[in-house]
Formats: sequence, C-alpha cells, structure tokens
Amino acid sequence: MKIKVFVTPKRNVLDPQGVAVGHALASLGLKGLTGTRVGKVVELEVEGTDSPQFRAQLDTLCRDLLSNPVIEDYRYEIAGA
Amino acid sequence: MDIAVVQFPGSNCDQDAFQLFLGGLGLPTRYVWHKDRDLGGADLVVIPGGFSYGDYLRCGAIARFSPIMGAVREHAAKGGLVLGICNGFQILCEAGLLPGALIRNSSLEYRCMTCELAVGDAGPSFNPAALGARVRLPIGHGEGNYRIDEAGRARLAANGQVLLRYVGNPNGSLDDIAGIRNEAGNVFGMMPHPDRAFERFHPSQDGLAVARAVLAARFPEVARKSA
Repeated sequence: MKIKVFVTPKRNVLDPQGVAVGHALASLGLKGLTGTRVGKVVELEVEGTDSPQFRAQLDTLCRDLLSNPVIEDYRYEIAGA
Repeated sequence: MDIAVVQFPGSNCDQDAFQLFLGGLGLPTRYVWHKDRDLGGADLVVIPGGFSYGDYLRCGAIARFSPIMGAVREHAAKGGLVLGICNGFQILCEAGLLPGALIRNSSLEYRCMTCELAVGDAGPSFNPAALGARVRLPIGHGEGNYRIDEAGRARLAANGQVLLRYVGNPNGSLDDIAGIRNEAGNVFGMMPHPDRAFERFHPSQDGLAVARAVLAARFPEVARKSA
C-alpha cells in the first residue's frame, strides 16, 4: 500500500509560515487569495492490506507522532490496497 | 539531592544545564543517556535545550518516544520534579506532560536575545516575592510561539500555571507566555534559558534564582542552602 498522510495547521491556530507564503503569492500577482496554510505530506509504503485494524493503528500513529493534535489536523489517502 | 540531565542526540545545552546545577548551585548533577530506561532515583530531571533529532517532523516530536521518556513520565506521575528548557519545554509539551504546543515564531525568524520577563504568581516557590517582579534571561529559538486552546488557556490562568511572561513579545506567543508549569506543580517548562544566565560573563545571573525556585517546589531546604 502507498499511504499519503497530510498534516496541516488547525484552522483556528495561527500559521506564521502560511501568512508569509500568502504575502509572497499576493506580491507575485495572485488575485483573490483569501487563505494560505502550509503543512506537510508524509508518504509511507507498507506491505499488507487495508483493514479497519490497520486504519485504527494508522490513526493512532498519526495522532501520536505524525501530527500534534493540539495544533494540527491530519488526513490520509491509501492507494493500492 | 540528585539531579539528572537527559542527553538526546542533538541536545546542545546539556552541558550548560549540567553546569548551572553543579557549578552554579553546587548540587550533585549527572547525565542520563536518552536510551537509558532508568533515572536511578533522580530528584530533579532536566530536559535540556538543543535540537533533539534535528527537530525533524516537529520540535520534540521524536525525542518524546525515546526510551528514557517512559521513566520521566513515571517520575512526573509520582510527583517528581521535571524542568524542560527550550527544546526541553517543546519535548514536555509533545509528551503531554505540559499542556499546549510551541509553533514557529510569528516573525519566522530565529530569535537570539536577552529578554525581560515578568514573573507569574505560579505557586508557593515560583512567584514575584521569591524572584522579584522581573528576571532577565536569554532566549534562542525559532519555535517558541506558545499555543493552547481556549479551555486550556483558562485553566492556566485559573491555576496560576504561567511562570514567566515576555515583556516585549519576541515570538508571538499567546498571552506573552514564556514558561508554564503543570497543574500539580512538579513539571516546569520554559523557552528562556536559566542555563545561560548564571556565570559572570553571562548577560544576567537570574538563572540561579529561577533554578532555585523550581527546586523549591519540592525541596525548599535544598534551594535555601544553595543560595
């Protein structure tokens, strides 16, 4: 399986990086920009098949390590299951 | 008295913290490697500053899972003293031993300067009567912008958990928060460096009183004698 985990700053948490990148995008001529948030993507390759148990484990790992729930949200996509 | 300074790969203020307690306060101090699983009966555990695991993923996110952190967690649960400085504060937040999180400075710049800090009314040992209204301590960080949700923010205020507030906020930190303690009053975390403020050639010697105030939360007589 190929898994992509997307980690982004929570909506209600200040994202200084997003603000700075947004300013740069606007100065490069992007019109109508109303929000920019910078997060990260973690790509995993895992042998095995998708299952509710696997997703439960993945959710735990996302909460404990890959994201910090105080400041970040996560979601993931699983391909090739 | 037995003080243990934890060393992670990437810690770079471990020797400063060691010297603060051994040389500055004259207290028995030793190092503990992050792969150890035992604190050997330490009375105070210091999580020093630096860039543990290269700050990969998030500051403190990987150090939190080091083998020694199980022992630190048990020590804290039993009421043992823990002090996290800078990266150590970030690690304690990631580990859930302190509430909230530290994100990128609002300026996006690494800030290295000496800060004026207002002392919070944070318990019997850490307050303006013990430390004076203000202390001066150096900071050096890129991720010191403290964040917590509204409920957590209200709890910090209600329980008097804020140790230090910046006078002239260098990083965008919520409510100018520079350091906090847990509700039980045995786990302390701060971005400013008491371990860079005790020698004559340091910008101040206020780190000694701050370290003593942490010690005094459990060992008031030791803190008094080291003065």
